[in-house]
Amino acid sequence: MLTKRIIACLDVRGGRVVKGIQFVDIVDAGDPAELAHRHAAAGADEIVLLDITATHEGRGTLLDTVKRTAASLFVPFTVGGGIRSAEDAAAVFDAGADKVSINSSAIARPELIGEIGSSFGAQAVIVAIDARRGEHGVEDAEVYVSGGRKATGLRVVDWAREAEQRGAGEILLTSMDTDGMRNGFDCELTRLVSEAVQIPVIASGGAGSAAHFAEVFKAGKADAALAASIFHFGITDSRALKAEVAAAGVPMRLPC
Amino acid sequence: MIAVIDYKAGNLTSVVKALKHLGADGIVVTQDPAAVLRADKIVLPGVGHFQSTQLLADLGLTQATREAVAKGTPFLGICVGLQWLYEGSTEAPETAGLGHFGGQCERFPAVFEGAELKSPHVGWNSLENVREDSRLLAGVTLGSFVYYTHSWRAPVSADTAAATMYGGAFTAAVERGNVMGVQFHPEKSAETGLRVLQNFLAL
Repeated sequence: MLTKRIIACLDVRGGRVVKGIQFVDIVDAGDPAELAHRHAAAGADEIVLLDITATHEGRGTLLDTVKRTAASLFVPFTVGGGIRSAEDAAAVFDAGADKVSINSSAIARPELIGEIGSSFGAQAVIVAIDARRGEHGVEDAEVYVSGGRKATGLRVVDWAREAEQRGAGEILLTSMDTDGMRNGFDCELTRLVSEAVQIPVIASGGAGSAAHFAEVFKAGKADAALAASIFHFGITDSRALKAEVAAAGVPMRLPC
Repeated sequence: MIAVIDYKAGNLTSVVKALKHLGADGIVVTQDPAAVLRADKIVLPGVGHFQSTQLLADLGLTQATREAVAKGTPFLGICVGLQWLYEGSTEAPETAGLGHFGGQCERFPAVFEGAELKSPHVGWNSLENVREDSRLLAGVTLGSFVYYTHSWRAPVSADTAAATMYGGAFTAAVERGNVMGVQFHPEKSAETGLRVLQNFLAL
């Protein structure tokens, strides 16, 4: 049976893992390679490394960090941040990533999705969407770029559909409203996007407990869920978390 | 020498990295039919479109593979590399597969048993009906999880060494003699995947 995935996300800035609350208030959470391996050993189904400051500071992705992290990681490994061209993506794949996550650069030039996909396969392209609910709630949720700094005027569902049509392999949907609050995912928004596309949707933003994961898999129809801070500070490890989510009736990879 | 065939279908880094991690030496990433014929083992990775396997025929690698496996060289196809072992795929009907195994690869149905089926099939799914005589899957227990990402799949036949359920059963692993393939990504399937690669290296 296909299981729901729990993905550990490492937000990296200056070679260190950090965690912010609603995209600000950054605190240090450790070394990326070390944390990635700890997560994989503890049963995380995938690892995502996001270079969170790459886009607005105009830096390239931290290839050395990627290389070091990928060296002996044998679960799927995604890298995002600062990937603006098929060449940028190729460098990240060369360093050992299996997928890239693109966000602002895909909005700026949607052709990039197909360009990376044609060389590396659709499965290697994740389109990340940062979303904030509008005045009317979930229906007019809007896409933001540049680490949540800039509104685009695009509706989340419209952009998700376009990304799929252009050949995205997965959607990584982050709710800016719930991110870092540990009060649960935005299940309503996740469901809306998941039902709008055929490709898998990874929910992100707001994980605080096993119950939140179970909820986003069931009510939110997420195929995978991503969390960062819930792991970093020893609140729980993946194995314990997955056992709890499985107990709530969600198929999980166990033992892992 | 282990020949890892490069036919520009995606990223070979992870497969080579996993083989090296397991202590394999003499890995050669190649497009040269002579290297394939000389190799002690052949690995054909691939994550792209079935169309990309056309390059194998164009470069003479199909013929080299045919000759190599006929003289007993162990062969492992991964993902599209497994699909290529069949007659073809509806993904690129004009491109012939090796035809070592009978049948066509087909897309997952959009609807299965009345429910919408998401495609691609992405994530960790379990191995069922693991064949006890499989050398590739030696020590891999029924229900072990492996990582998939694909939209086309090979049919179940007598050569199927393990199946996985998603929109019905499909071939997770195929094996007849020295010719083997896995639809999942052993290089991304944690301990279970490394076990499969180790089994192949030990042949």
